[in-house]
Amino acid sequence: MIAEAGHFALLLALALAIVQSCVGLWAGRSRDAALIAMTRSAALGVCAFVVAAFAALTRAYVISDFSVRNVAENSNSVMPLIYKVSGVWGNHEGSVLLWVLVLAAFAASVALRGRDLPDVLRSNVLAVQGMIAALFLAFILATSNPFSRIDPAPFEGADLNPLLQDLGLAIHPPLLYLGYVGCSIAFSFAVAALIDGRIDAVWAKHVRPWTLAAWIFLTLGIAMGSYWAYYELGWGGFWFWDPVENASLMPWLAATALLHSAVVMEKREALKIWTVLLAIVAFSLSLIGTFLVRSGVLTSVHAFAVDPARGVFILGILVVTIGGSLTLFAWRAPMLKHGGLFAPVSREGALVFNNLFLAAACAAVFIGTLYPLALEALTGAKISVGPPFFNMTVIPLMAPLIIAMPLGQNLAWKRGDLLGAAQRVQLSFAVAVAAAAIIAAATWGGPVLAPIAIGGGVWLIVGSFSEIGARVSRGAPSALASRLIGLPRSAFGTAVAHAGVGVTVIGLAATAWHVERIATMRSGDMIDVGAYRLRLDSITPRTGANYREDAARFTILKDSAEVGSVVSAKRIYPIRQMPTTEAGLWTHGIGQVYVSLGEIETDGSVAVRVYDKPLVLLIWLGAVVMAIGGALSLSDRRRRVGAPRPARAPPAMAPAE
Amino acid sequence: MRLIISAFFFLVASLGGALAVQPNEMLRDPALEARARQLSSELRCLVCQNQSIDDSDAPLAHDLRVLVRERLTAGDSDEDVRRYLVARYGEFVLLRPALNARTALLWAAPFLALLAGAALMLAGWRRRVVAGPPAPLSAEERERLDRLVGR
Repeated sequence: MIAEAGHFALLLALALAIVQSCVGLWAGRSRDAALIAMTRSAALGVCAFVVAAFAALTRAYVISDFSVRNVAENSNSVMPLIYKVSGVWGNHEGSVLLWVLVLAAFAASVALRGRDLPDVLRSNVLAVQGMIAALFLAFILATSNPFSRIDPAPFEGADLNPLLQDLGLAIHPPLLYLGYVGCSIAFSFAVAALIDGRIDAVWAKHVRPWTLAAWIFLTLGIAMGSYWAYYELGWGGFWFWDPVENASLMPWLAATALLHSAVVMEKREALKIWTVLLAIVAFSLSLIGTFLVRSGVLTSVHAFAVDPARGVFILGILVVTIGGSLTLFAWRAPMLKHGGLFAPVSREGALVFNNLFLAAACAAVFIGTLYPLALEALTGAKISVGPPFFNMTVIPLMAPLIIAMPLGQNLAWKRGDLLGAAQRVQLSFAVAVAAAAIIAAATWGGPVLAPIAIGGGVWLIVGSFSEIGARVSRGAPSALASRLIGLPRSAFGTAVAHAGVGVTVIGLAATAWHVERIATMRSGDMIDVGAYRLRLDSITPRTGANYREDAARFTILKDSAEVGSVVSAKRIYPIRQMPTTEAGLWTHGIGQVYVSLGEIETDGSVAVRVYDKPLVLLIWLGAVVMAIGGALSLSDRRRRVGAPRPARAPPAMAPAE
Repeated sequence: MRLIISAFFFLVASLGGALAVQPNEMLRDPALEARARQLSSELRCLVCQNQSIDDSDAPLAHDLRVLVRERLTAGDSDEDVRRYLVARYGEFVLLRPALNARTALLWAAPFLALLAGAALMLAGWRRRVVAGPPAPLSAEERERLDRLVGR
């Protein structure tokens, strides 16, 4: 009964979403107060019904109601509760429902938040959000109903895909969806601006917090997914240039570019058309990502729900949304007025440089991902575009950004002084060169490029704070502390986020020093890897709630002293007869020793793959630092948006000309 | 549809073991083994989804790894091995697409995108410079401005 109520709630949500989009558009033209209020109520209503539907599905999972087909196919009564709950979105129907839930929640918060958001803009934004919600609700109801029943109900469920029975799954998709769908707000703002034909700094001021929030979630979601793949898939790799990873990287690159161009728009009213285009592109890429995962066009390790029939429907959504918005863009964008002028060497110029390289990197990923498809469709020739292509194209496009980042931060708006900026970062440059030289000397005879890349990372970390340093050190030293406190939080946000990129760069560079050993071992055998020696102590069978495993315990020695132990296991989930590898991770500081098992032979020997991975955690910690920087900046914005201009205001990043 | 299902099973099978290169496959000569690893990390496991034969547990990947090592031991150069595999399995086997007429656009695309973007930005900037700064205020406007700011 409750499942049917959930299904009905989705129908009501669809009806209300259509109301929301039609009334919203009408309200945007008529400026009628009653219609404007109605649009807001409709958005809240859609959200309430989708929440109800989601709650109904979650309940079916928690109580293991196997008469619901979705639950019977993806859950099991002996599964731990956490995986029963995360199983709700560990399948196609549930994940699309989560997608719509996030979308509706974002729309509801646009309806509620920001008293100073102009009514016309708000109505148009909600209208566009309503259209997207209606398309996806129709998709669920037409092709992916999560509430359909089975009669007779099976006695036991088929279990969740064991690879997905992991804490990573509980966190990774919701974070990623918050990011993907967060891009829809920027998209809706862009389309609303095109509908209205008006775009200005107020628009940018409202778009930036949303984009920033979406970007934070995307950053964390991608990092989380990467770490999950690292420990769950058991290859020790963290990024495979898999189509689905690319599908999340492309919106991230576009959103990063959008964040920076929206700064220019907010401060200087320049780059309007480009910013609108980026907002459209960022969400379009999110949709394409959904399409790639859900349609089966490009199957990959992530595509746990593959069904070509649904692909056609999603393709339709894609054509309507992307085609429609780009058509609107082509028609209306030329009417938008150009904004402020700036010299090529200026903060604006630096941000344009940033956008240029991020967009080119995004294009490289896009073309690399879709080229094989296009080539096969056109000529029938099958080729593969794998990691070597992406490494050879994306890395060179990122390197100039690393060099330019601290310099750009030190350029003034409108007309900058490259020499002055260079002077302000010379200390950072010296530190970076010294760091590279020390690493190169310490690892002489080893990898050549890695020390240089580490220097790049140090340059970013130190250089990111050079602007704050320069601003604080001007004037009397006694007032230094008060000047530091007086700086807007967004200045720290920028510095921290940029430093986070540096941290990740160091982590990536250090992969050059990863050591791998592969060997067959028996109990008591030793193996040397990097600075460590591992001893296989025992292999013992164990039983978990819904799996059996053979756990191999290793003792880790350094200079013949025991420093730790690690357990690596081969698991089998009997319900699906599916084996998984549980890699053993021993963390020392920010490095890890990684142990993964192969088949265990009847004579008790086991094939073992062991890695020493110094500094490896920096790859993901860098992303966390980036997100913290974003959050710092966001907390500053929240204070400023809506409030009357504070008395001590020169706005955050605009030094006097 | 059946193709996709079978692809899915291959995928699941390949994820299971997670220990691709078996110790007994490895060559004694470390230099040769290093070349084999490097080569196989750029060769696609044809029945898997986006995995190199170095990462995959599928039986075919095992066969290809052994094949690569046999060719290397027989004295083939890396290029010979690649050519041998392409002759047997087509260009699909190469994760690093070869540069030829069909892939020229692919390899050029990132740099074309960069150039096109740069040209676009330059054009936009020059158009605005040509348009010039806004015209200076007329005497009348200046007088009004002075009045407004109270001078």
